[in-house]
Amino acid sequence: MSKFRKKQGGETPAISTASLPDIVFMLLFFFMVTTVMREITLKVENAKPFATEIKKLERKSLVTYIYVGKPKAAYLSQVGAEPRIQLNDAFARVKELQQFVITEREAINEAERPLMTVSIKADGQVKMGLVTDIKQELRKANSLKINYSTRKGDVYED
Amino acid sequence: MAKRALPEINAGSMADIAFLLLIFFLVTTTMDVDSGITRKLPPWTPPEEMPDTPPVKKKNIFTVLVNSSNQLLVEEDYMDIRDLRDATKQFLNNNGDGSCTYCQGAAKSIASSDNPQKAIVSLQNDRGTSYKMYIAVQNELAAAYNELREELAQRRYGKTFDDLSVEEQNEIKDAYPQVISEAEPVSLG
Repeated sequence: MSKFRKKQGGETPAISTASLPDIVFMLLFFFMVTTVMREITLKVENAKPFATEIKKLERKSLVTYIYVGKPKAAYLSQVGAEPRIQLNDAFARVKELQQFVITEREAINEAERPLMTVSIKADGQVKMGLVTDIKQELRKANSLKINYSTRKGDVYED
Repeated sequence: MAKRALPEINAGSMADIAFLLLIFFLVTTTMDVDSGITRKLPPWTPPEEMPDTPPVKKKNIFTVLVNSSNQLLVEEDYMDIRDLRDATKQFLNNNGDGSCTYCQGAAKSIASSDNPQKAIVSLQNDRGTSYKMYIAVQNELAAAYNELREELAQRRYGKTFDDLSVEEQNEIKDAYPQVISEAEPVSLG
């Protein structure tokens, strides 16, 4: 009889939370490994066009970014409404591009310099005149691998 | 010496600390992968040092012009962007001189390209063309090449292009070499 009596006084046992830190740490490590810190604050509008024939950019450390687009509303009074180039955290002129690319290339390990890619992140509304000027400067700087950054999607949509 | 038992460290708040860090990384993380259309620019040569290029037969050139109102002129005809992919495929796969043994469904028109090796796509845009349109055109041209390569890969190996080995991929690429020549933009108006 005593065997049965034991059970009656029992409350529901508290769920052990001892493994909770382990679970949280697991998630934490996942995010720590996958995270890419936003390095710059965008000062230009950047609605990238859509494309289907795209390739993923590997080796982020070998990629240099050039942002092109209309300045955001907060900067309109300073730089006007015409599309501008943004390098790192500042607006730049086309003339400064060559120097920028060369400096970026110097920062890369010598063996990997030929693999450097310049990613042009331009807004869909930007005119080709500006993009062409950028391409010419890149050619002069002898940085020939480029990537037109796009989103995956249908190209026909307006 | 009496050995004192070390007091146990309370690990109850460890979860809280981990949560704090977790939330920080959750907020700062950006999951978007960078992707886009990869192109190789020609090396810079000053205009006065331009080498004389051997002449290319006009029928081997597929001219695509884009004006500042984002309209397409393909082989001197107005064309909608939706038709560009098929028109490009037809041009590349024309096999005018009959030397291309793997071109299936070739039109063999004398007014179009001799074979895929000789076919050149020439793209010229206006300074006023929108970047969006330019990307759309580049995308369609690349898609035409990719589709032809994919079809050949299926016929030859029964596999998709991505599943082939590097040598096989190169062989397919040589069968349909991607030659897109970009002229410097002008003001076509």
